[in-house]
Amino acid sequence: MTIKKEDVKYIASLAKLKFDENEIEKFTEQFNEIISYIEKLNELDTSNVEPLAHPFESNNVFRNDELKKSASTEEALKNSPSKTEEFFRVPKVINQP
Amino acid sequence: MRIKIDYKNSPLYSLYILHYTFYILHYTLITSYIRKVKFKIQGLKLLETSKYEAVIGLEVHAQLKTNTKIFCGCSTKFGSSPNSNVCPVCLGHPGSLPVLNKKVVEFTVLMGLATNCRINEKSIFARKNYFYPDLPKNYQISQYEEPICEHGFITIEKKDGSHKKIGITRIHMEEDAGKSIHDFGDYTMIDLNRTGTPLMEIVSEPDLRSSEEAYLYLTKLKQILTYLDICDGNMEEGSLRCDANISIRLKGEKKFGTKVEVKNMNSFRNVEKAIEKEIERQIDLIEDGKQIIQQTLLWNADLEDLFPMRTKEEAHDYRYFPDPDLMPVVVNEDWKIELEKSLPELPDEKRNRFIEEYKLPIYDADILTSSINLADYYEKILRVTNDYKSASNWVMTEVLKIVNEQKIEIKEFKITPENLGELINLINNKIISHKIAKDVFNEMLTSNKSPNEIVKEKNLTQISDSSELEKEIDKILDANPKDVQDYLSGKEKVIGFFVGQIMKATKGKANPQTVNELLKQKLDSKKTFNNV
Repeated sequence: MTIKKEDVKYIASLAKLKFDENEIEKFTEQFNEIISYIEKLNELDTSNVEPLAHPFESNNVFRNDELKKSASTEEALKNSPSKTEEFFRVPKVINQP
Repeated sequence: MRIKIDYKNSPLYSLYILHYTFYILHYTLITSYIRKVKFKIQGLKLLETSKYEAVIGLEVHAQLKTNTKIFCGCSTKFGSSPNSNVCPVCLGHPGSLPVLNKKVVEFTVLMGLATNCRINEKSIFARKNYFYPDLPKNYQISQYEEPICEHGFITIEKKDGSHKKIGITRIHMEEDAGKSIHDFGDYTMIDLNRTGTPLMEIVSEPDLRSSEEAYLYLTKLKQILTYLDICDGNMEEGSLRCDANISIRLKGEKKFGTKVEVKNMNSFRNVEKAIEKEIERQIDLIEDGKQIIQQTLLWNADLEDLFPMRTKEEAHDYRYFPDPDLMPVVVNEDWKIELEKSLPELPDEKRNRFIEEYKLPIYDADILTSSINLADYYEKILRVTNDYKSASNWVMTEVLKIVNEQKIEIKEFKITPENLGELINLINNKIISHKIAKDVFNEMLTSNKSPNEIVKEKNLTQISDSSELEKEIDKILDANPKDVQDYLSGKEKVIGFFVGQIMKATKGKANPQTVNELLKQKLDSKKTFNNV
């Protein structure tokens, strides 16, 4: 599997990142290095091995449906660069019909 | 000097008139021709319409009735002040970790069992990545490749009485996003109270073929959800949401057409209307030789029309991957059996039991079991009286009339089922007539008194005592000798008049059956007397 420059550009756009041509060139190289390193794993026959989603073999970590104290509105909004007294404020995200 | 032009005699004028006449004639002919063609087109369209079938699949999101959110202990209460039920987990702060609410798993498994799904022993959570301000982590925790329930079905009953199985592809658990409020000038305001509210997504197979089927399927889902008491099923408040994928194809065609997603339908009727509208739109497009574009349309309930959704979101590529913050969920056989045992009686079972146990007509059973609360109300009446059919009649007519008029829930209905049962007993024990019972019923709507108290207080007890009634009858007969003669000469219809007079004299308290019997006896005795 080879990563092309277009792939890097697409992935950057999904992550809302912008790079210049030099950076794209560099990342394409790096991406390919990483992929070929990981590809080494394909040498192993894993046809009878269940895919592992997590390094810990544990399951059913639950909490009961019990109320805990929430943060105050003031605390919740504290780190927001744009806000009102009650709301987070963001640029308009919809063009209403 | 004035120059007079005799234009009427000019040859040009004649030509003009001729031309004009032809023009009118021509116009009439053309319009009538156009009308004919138009009519033909419409007729054809009707004909064409029936050669298509719609293919509809629904994605339903149900908010689960837990006290706390799916991955943190914040309250799920609706209507709290903005950004007050939030914590580092649902605010998506770095370093915070989600812990799954056990109740969410239980509720989802219950729904899976109630809809004949396979409960997957192991299921995992996945991250669905996208940037949207009401989703502060920039991913939604959902289930993707290994959902908790799969391959189920429910059965709907159509108007013509036929049954149809609608497949359920999957049911999975996920978190809700926050709320964006757009009408604030150049900004969007974000309230994250709803972020992390547990949702269950129920995805149907594309088995629905009409807006009616979609409506019935959705109604059935709501019925099951409310019977299980895991979601309040209120579309207007958004605790139940529905998106529809709609395409059309020629009947008999196996391939699917291009599908259009319709969103923003906030009532059951609107789901039906929006789907209807979209099917028509697609047929019109195809008939006009145009293409259907894959897109998302929003239903505008005020304008009763569909509009393309225009957001600044780009084409979706969610890059799902297993969420490393959450461990797999394992529902083993023991847990499944335990949950199975806790399943309440489901709508179909209850309906069938009502038909069998209470000997109710299907129609009655359908209405009474349409909501769990109504069914409970009905069965509470039966703790007091064993007149199943009367109880059903009272609920279906008098009770539901008031409930619908006042737009209230049966739970808010003023008359307790116990009191209604008592009222039915008063009729059956001949203490009051059915007519008086309706007055008592109306009185009960405004007071907290029991029917017994009202009957005693207002002295409404039915007069069944013959001697007392005989006195009244004699009075009436004496006062109307002409009508008595009429009866005797064969006009037996006047008996109705006598009954009416007696009911009036006793203020409706006379037992009509006793009155009838006594009247006949008395009048007939006069007959024999006369003949002798």
